[in-house]
Amino acid sequence: MRTRFVEMAVGLFLVAGLAALFFLAIKVSGLSDESSKPSYQVYASFQNAGGLTVRAKVTMAGVVIGRVTDISLDPKTLKAKVRLDVYNEVREISTDSVASILTAGLLGEKYIGIVPGADDTYLKNGDEIEQTQSALVLEDLIGKFLFNKANEPDKEAK
Amino acid sequence: MEAIRRLGEAALESLRTLGSAGTFLFQALIALPNPRKNFPLLIQQLYSVGVLSLAIIVVAGLFIGMVLGLQGYSILVTYGSEQALGTMVALTLVRELGPVVTALLFAGRAGSALTAEIGLMKATEQLSSMEMIGVDPLRRIVAPRFWAGFISMPLLALIFSAVGILGGHLVGVDWLGIYDGSYWMNMQGSVEFWDDVGNGVIKSVVFGAVVSWIAVFQGYDCEPTSEGISRATTRTVVYGSLAVLGLDFVLTAVMFGGF
Repeated sequence: MRTRFVEMAVGLFLVAGLAALFFLAIKVSGLSDESSKPSYQVYASFQNAGGLTVRAKVTMAGVVIGRVTDISLDPKTLKAKVRLDVYNEVREISTDSVASILTAGLLGEKYIGIVPGADDTYLKNGDEIEQTQSALVLEDLIGKFLFNKANEPDKEAK
Repeated sequence: MEAIRRLGEAALESLRTLGSAGTFLFQALIALPNPRKNFPLLIQQLYSVGVLSLAIIVVAGLFIGMVLGLQGYSILVTYGSEQALGTMVALTLVRELGPVVTALLFAGRAGSALTAEIGLMKATEQLSSMEMIGVDPLRRIVAPRFWAGFISMPLLALIFSAVGILGGHLVGVDWLGIYDGSYWMNMQGSVEFWDDVGNGVIKSVVFGAVVSWIAVFQGYDCEPTSEGISRATTRTVVYGSLAVLGLDFVLTAVMFGGF
């Protein structure tokens, strides 16, 4: 009887440990089979990919349709070349779609949003999205704002 | 001259201890367990090392999670970003506090008991009488205890982290009124399974091996007197805790330091 109790307790202990692992995997880290979904590659070049990181989300209409898998500098055009892995189920992205780097919240993480175009031809594996919009760099904005402010008194003087 | 000789003597002595601890562990592990005979022994040790530590781990995890919830809220609310509480609580627990605090509690709760038990067996000459009747004490006494600690530690650390996150949820969402969805969603957005949970598990596996090793070696190596046992038990807790904290720095530097 005593041995049975011990065995039962150890079994429950192992189950509790595995349940904790399961909880951490699903509920805490949101692990799902997303990363292993079959996908195809699309490229996009940006003037400035500031703040975008590998594994960032690729969204369309607010729904995640892929991940950023590589960011590198194109040595010829001197633009940031970003490789996007888009899930196979999202096949029909027209070639004149616009890819832009967006920010989640005011200071949140950067992600890529794709706005679909109207063309009848669709992006294939290895294609490049022609129209892109770079990341909004806060320092540039502040710089422009200050520059405009500095110019204002001159206008009033005239 | 005398001082330098003493220093050399101490260095040689600690090297000798380290070496004998290494061969001791090696002998205990290669003593290939006979599964049919030794499995019940392992179950018995898993019970006394793992299951009986469960209560302190769950209670400590709950309170640490609740404290993290309160502290994190009061810090984050100054920046108006209290919805990041889930991220903070989960990353702190999964990466650091889960493995480390579990290992420290484990050294105090189970490691000291292992040392005292083996030391008392040595003092009452149970170990030498086992050798007399042809039973290898390394195989029968030490190996199951080491493996039990090695298996229990990651499980206990996982339970600790899970309970702590639920404790943080209790304080943050139920008492302080953070929105439930943002607690979980921000957490899921920033915790990576392999990089965060996986590295936490690796940490606790390392801690489990080191603390169990120190505990069984100190018991086996102790002076067979009541004073010797008490000193060995103290050493288990002190060396075990220091080893855990030192190794934690090294592991964190390797995993998250970007080296």
